[in-house]
Amino acid sequence: MRPIKLMGHERSLTQVKYNREGDLIFSVSKDSSASIWYSSNGERLGTLEGHKGTIWSIDVDSESILCSTGSADLSIRLWKVATGECVFQYEMSTPVRRVAFSPDNSKLLAVTDQVMGHQGTITVFNISYEGDYTNQSAEPELVIKTREGATKVVVAGWSHGGEYIIAGHEDGYVSKYDGHTGEFIQTVQAHGKYNEEKVLSITDIQFAPEDKSYFITSSKDKCSTLIDVETLEILKVYIADAPMNTAAITPKKNFVILGGGQEARNVTTTAESQGKFEARFYHKIFVDEIGRVKGHFGPLNSIAVHPNGSGYASGGEDGFIRVHSFDKSYFDFEYDAERTERAIASGAT
Amino acid sequence: MVHGYTYEDLEKEINVDDVDYTDLEARYQVNQDFGLDNYVVIDGAPVTTEAKVPVLSKVLKKLLSSYGELEDGDDGFYMPIEDGKTKGYLFAQFKEADSAKKAIRQLNGKQLDKSHRLLVNSLSDIENYGSEGNVPEEFVEPEIPEFKEHGFLKDWLLDEQGRDQLLLHQSETVGIYWNKKKSDPEKVIEPRQGFTSKYAKFSPKGTYLCSIHPQGVQSWGGPEFESLSKYIHNQVRLIDFSPNENYLVTLSPLPITMPETAAERAHFPFKEENEGHKLVIWDIKTGEPARSFALPPHLEGQKEMPWPLVKWSHDDKYCARQGPNALAIYETPSFQLLNKKLVQIDSIVDFEWAPASVKLANSKVEGGEYLLSYWTPESSNQTARVALMQIPSTQVLRTTNLFQVSDCKMHWHDEGKYLCVKVDRHTKSGKTVFSNLEFFKTTEKDIPVEKLELKEVVVNFAWEPKTERFITISRLDDGTNNPAIPKNIISFYAPELSQKTKITSSSYKCYDTIEKKYSNTIFWSPKGRFAVVATIGKSNGEIEFYDCSYDDDKKPGNNKDVNKAKLLKAEKYGGMTNLSWDPSGRFVAAWSSAWIHTIENGYKLFEFTGNMLRDDTKDQFKEFIWRPRPASLLSAADRKRVRKNLREYSAQFDEADAMEADTATREAILNRRRLLEEWRDYRSKYAKVESTENEVQAEIIEEIKEEIIEEKEEVIE
Repeated sequence: MRPIKLMGHERSLTQVKYNREGDLIFSVSKDSSASIWYSSNGERLGTLEGHKGTIWSIDVDSESILCSTGSADLSIRLWKVATGECVFQYEMSTPVRRVAFSPDNSKLLAVTDQVMGHQGTITVFNISYEGDYTNQSAEPELVIKTREGATKVVVAGWSHGGEYIIAGHEDGYVSKYDGHTGEFIQTVQAHGKYNEEKVLSITDIQFAPEDKSYFITSSKDKCSTLIDVETLEILKVYIADAPMNTAAITPKKNFVILGGGQEARNVTTTAESQGKFEARFYHKIFVDEIGRVKGHFGPLNSIAVHPNGSGYASGGEDGFIRVHSFDKSYFDFEYDAERTERAIASGAT
Repeated sequence: MVHGYTYEDLEKEINVDDVDYTDLEARYQVNQDFGLDNYVVIDGAPVTTEAKVPVLSKVLKKLLSSYGELEDGDDGFYMPIEDGKTKGYLFAQFKEADSAKKAIRQLNGKQLDKSHRLLVNSLSDIENYGSEGNVPEEFVEPEIPEFKEHGFLKDWLLDEQGRDQLLLHQSETVGIYWNKKKSDPEKVIEPRQGFTSKYAKFSPKGTYLCSIHPQGVQSWGGPEFESLSKYIHNQVRLIDFSPNENYLVTLSPLPITMPETAAERAHFPFKEENEGHKLVIWDIKTGEPARSFALPPHLEGQKEMPWPLVKWSHDDKYCARQGPNALAIYETPSFQLLNKKLVQIDSIVDFEWAPASVKLANSKVEGGEYLLSYWTPESSNQTARVALMQIPSTQVLRTTNLFQVSDCKMHWHDEGKYLCVKVDRHTKSGKTVFSNLEFFKTTEKDIPVEKLELKEVVVNFAWEPKTERFITISRLDDGTNNPAIPKNIISFYAPELSQKTKITSSSYKCYDTIEKKYSNTIFWSPKGRFAVVATIGKSNGEIEFYDCSYDDDKKPGNNKDVNKAKLLKAEKYGGMTNLSWDPSGRFVAAWSSAWIHTIENGYKLFEFTGNMLRDDTKDQFKEFIWRPRPASLLSAADRKRVRKNLREYSAQFDEADAMEADTATREAILNRRRLLEEWRDYRSKYAKVESTENEVQAEIIEEIKEEIIEEKEEVIE
């Protein structure tokens, strides 16, 4: 089906997200504005104005009451989704690269950059839903500083029930921290060992839609890995031929979607067909590449999958969001092994 | 003790580390430079009376000081005298150890006069080897390293299915694989990371695989690609093989220098006489250098090096090097100059050996003779010339004179029967260029030269293997040079058939042309008949497959003229940088190398009909090399029998292919089943974990329905 092209941002997209119901798309961009869109028809519900710098990240709570944005203007803002009002602002000492609500909405984590002589952190705040939401505590509940010997954290997220915080580092390592105490538990090298790339920075971490018990990483090293939360065991590796900026796991079907492409700074020197600006679909279990979706004319910066698995949205360096809904053939596609498994299962019942 | 202090007390008070000892250190410093290295011992000097000592000293001092300054007085030069006579040896001390080294290297063995030969050694060597017991009296036979089995070097030719091997070079990793057509190539050995620091290269018959390292070249072979030999040549850049794999030629930008210590020298392949040389010919089997050369002065410091610098006759019997105004031809295995002299050829530009032995019309030599061709440009009182020279007689058999020549290119037919010289000529005004093709028919009487004059300039020429047909790519040079207009013309030529369908030696006829192309390269199948014409190095890369003996069944009466070019298939391949036929002529590989650009790196594999078998995009892909094969051992009769029974053979192969495909798919399915099982197993651990299934109550808050409220139709006239 023809995708819906959302043309509301003036500069490259940095993150796109669906709310839990999948009816709204939240997007942030380098043009310092955030937008909320209806996913069904692409109509813009509104924009969140206030930040004075690139907004790197956005997240919405599971009730679609509050959403938070993290920006390079050294602040995190909380917004009321229904009205678009800014209800609170946290002042940070360095740019905020990633924000994420815990699954029970009670906490918000923020990844602050390691620049200007400041140490990078994962800072956790308590979120209160009392009253008009303006009564938030600016004091962080927890600050996890960059560990001795580890490189800075670039992305982070909550695992099932907020039990752990999973962080991706600039050198391709993934670390696990206790979500309540911030205690370091384990680290593992996820990137830089499947090929001979030099830049290994992790660019995205997204959790399994079913129960957040495993997650997918994407990295500049042109690979993507699927990792178990409990053991940090690398379950699968997906190998692409360009730096990957984002990766998502699809519900319903056992697929993963990777996005990326040639570095933005090299884009002007090559033709569109050679930039590898496609969303790539891989089979989650068999690791085979299944297909690609063209459309963007710059690298893909962020991909989000509709929570009910009916489509996905991708935000590109080209400043556009493309909202796709899957055709029947997508749902019908099955590998021989899957078909036999299904046949056996239906025969048994 | 007077002050009631003990040493211990002092030590407590004064930190020894803080005391400044520099004045003392300076006074008692041991001179590090002062060592045995500065001394030389000279033996073999004349034994004379005391009276002649001043004269002798003067002579020797002068000789020694030409290598560096000596220490003053007796320290620098000491000749012991006993019973009024010198003892025939003396000591000298240089100020610099380097001068001593130089003196030893150059003065040792010098003939002072008729009966006196100087033996110059360093004092440390005398210390080491001269004193008793340091060198064992008994001769101990050096241990011969145990013979290492490397397996059968031609093992890959025994493959039951007759598959070809291929080498894939991706990023820093090199792997050798069996070609499996559509399926993933099968590993021969585990791919090796960091296999070569530059590139890998097969020898012309495929026996050896060489890798390049900063220290030199390493050859590999046998079923497991084990290490065979090392050819130590520091910073080697370019390598080449003789056609029969007897010799390896290497070139390094660094001149050979001898290592300083004797221990290192023991393992160093070169001798003093090789010093300063950059080009080395090695015996491949022994790993020893056979001959080395300095670069000719006109090539020294050039950025683009013509390569190969050493060209070989077809059977490795001779090799030749081109110098300014001369050709140096060497005989193997002695590598001495043929007839002990250079072949003087004024202002020679280029030369080529005949790629096979040539049976001259009047020759009685069994098995044919060695020929080479060369050309010289126009000079003030001479025309440009192309000449054929017979080796070893160095007799010139045939020359042609040419006018207004800008460039010549010599294309030998693979059987040595024909030589086509592509002569690029300029018009009188010098503004535009056109080409002549001059054909030397070496096997005919007096070597007739046939001329084909064209209006266009020929950019590429290729003989079909084994036959007399060829393809050219030409372009009309009309002064305009707009790259956007495709101007290249592909032309297919064959010898004209006379009435009796016998090939006459008269002329070549163009039987097909295709105009307005970008194509710039021609690749004939090694078995002939099929040719690939490609556009390489432009962004609009394209591959076209031609059948040059296409037999149109629809016209049964017209089977005389089988020379028809039929385009079988055209494929686009934007990033393509290289193309290569497999040695059997069944497959064509085209690839995009990361050495040239980073667009669409990877390779594509085609059948000879142009049917694409594989499209493998690999990041950082560098090179695809087919492993060459030696010439077939089948006789003409054998080949005929195979052709006769082709149908039976092909049925067998079809079956094998089908089985192969089946096992491959079955394996893939089984593998997928296993992966799926593993995944289910993994997920079952989380079955108990409460799943946050997304049960969203669909609640319609607002629904937009399109309703037509009013509809009007206006008819505009």
